[in-house]
Amino acid sequence: MSQLSYGNSRAVATTGHEPANLGDILERVLDRGIVIVGDIRVSLLDIELLTLKLRLVVASVDTAREMGIDWWEHDPWLSSQAREALPAPRKGEALPADAPAEPLPAPRKARHG
Amino acid sequence: MDEGARDAGARDAGARGEGLWLHAVTRAGGPDRPGGLTGVGGAAVRTVEAAGLAAVVSPVDLGRFDEDALRRNLEDLAWLEEVARSHHAVVAALGAAGTVVPARLATVYHDAAGVRSMLAERRTDLDATLSRLTGRTEWGVKMFSTPASAPAPAPATGRPGTEYLRRRRAQLSADDEWQQRAAEGAEEIHSALEARAEAARRHPPQDRRLTGRPEPMVLNAAYLVDERGSAGFTEAVAAHAGRHAELDVELTGPWPPYSFTAAGDEPAAGDEPAAGEEPRARGEP
Repeated sequence: MSQLSYGNSRAVATTGHEPANLGDILERVLDRGIVIVGDIRVSLLDIELLTLKLRLVVASVDTAREMGIDWWEHDPWLSSQAREALPAPRKGEALPADAPAEPLPAPRKARHG
Repeated sequence: MDEGARDAGARDAGARGEGLWLHAVTRAGGPDRPGGLTGVGGAAVRTVEAAGLAAVVSPVDLGRFDEDALRRNLEDLAWLEEVARSHHAVVAALGAAGTVVPARLATVYHDAAGVRSMLAERRTDLDATLSRLTGRTEWGVKMFSTPASAPAPAPATGRPGTEYLRRRRAQLSADDEWQQRAAEGAEEIHSALEARAEAARRHPPQDRRLTGRPEPMVLNAAYLVDERGSAGFTEAVAAHAGRHAELDVELTGPWPPYSFTAAGDEPAAGDEPAAGEEPRARGEP
């Protein structure tokens, strides 16, 4: 997997063949890829794994929701309430510069039915 | 935990030993698979075939990969990283050699019979997914807003307090405007790239701690691109990036088509596609 960056901070496109970064891999293997029910159901529905994912992916549940990052609520694999209508995400909003770096509060268990 | 999980747990209690970790599904008798691949448990990858499909699996010790162990281990980031990288390495090697449907992490079977019955059960949608993905590859594009440049200094008034407030207002409004431009620029590039792709999917922007970059991510998308069009696609990414000073554009790939395995019909997951997660495929029946 290669990674290329383009942008004004680098007037010329830099090219590099680095191994894919862990965040990109985790995002894909945990959240994407076909869902097939195995014999062993670790069920990533598990609250602990959800916490881990949130720790990795978003600053905090509330910050995320404010930003419209609520994919775990839409993911039928992660939430039994996935099909409930939720407000549309607000686009283009950025994380606040002072996003907290401390561990997250546990996500609300109620979501998992 | 649902009924099924309890049943699986009960079966598992009496049947420890070796399980099979599913990496991906390909067509049976497809192009030669790369040799020498090892799976998450360190054992050689093999295939289980049924219904014209081949499941690429690797044996795992159920002592380490049963439900309880997985639940514990998935909490351990070092363990998760190793497993995720091993799983991905197999999927990527298969994807480089032919068409694959990558499986999500931690899809484990007790034995080959379980894998075969899954292949038979899911035959129709796996077959359709393989057809949809043939000759296509995934590219990832992440866009970050660059720091806003400082506004031109206002003429001095001789009153430091007033000047400070004016400068501060100018800076805030410049920041807002810059952020707005970044958001619009990202939408514009996304539309242009989507038009070149067979399908596109937007994913939530990643947190700074995951990206390791100070700038906020404004767009995180994946594009399914015809392999013959890949060079043109990557050139287009570079060309668009060059026209948007407010954005840093990061291209990753080619990836196995992780983001395009669902056509909006996942029987295991529910009757309807999740809102906002539906792939926008073009030219599909």
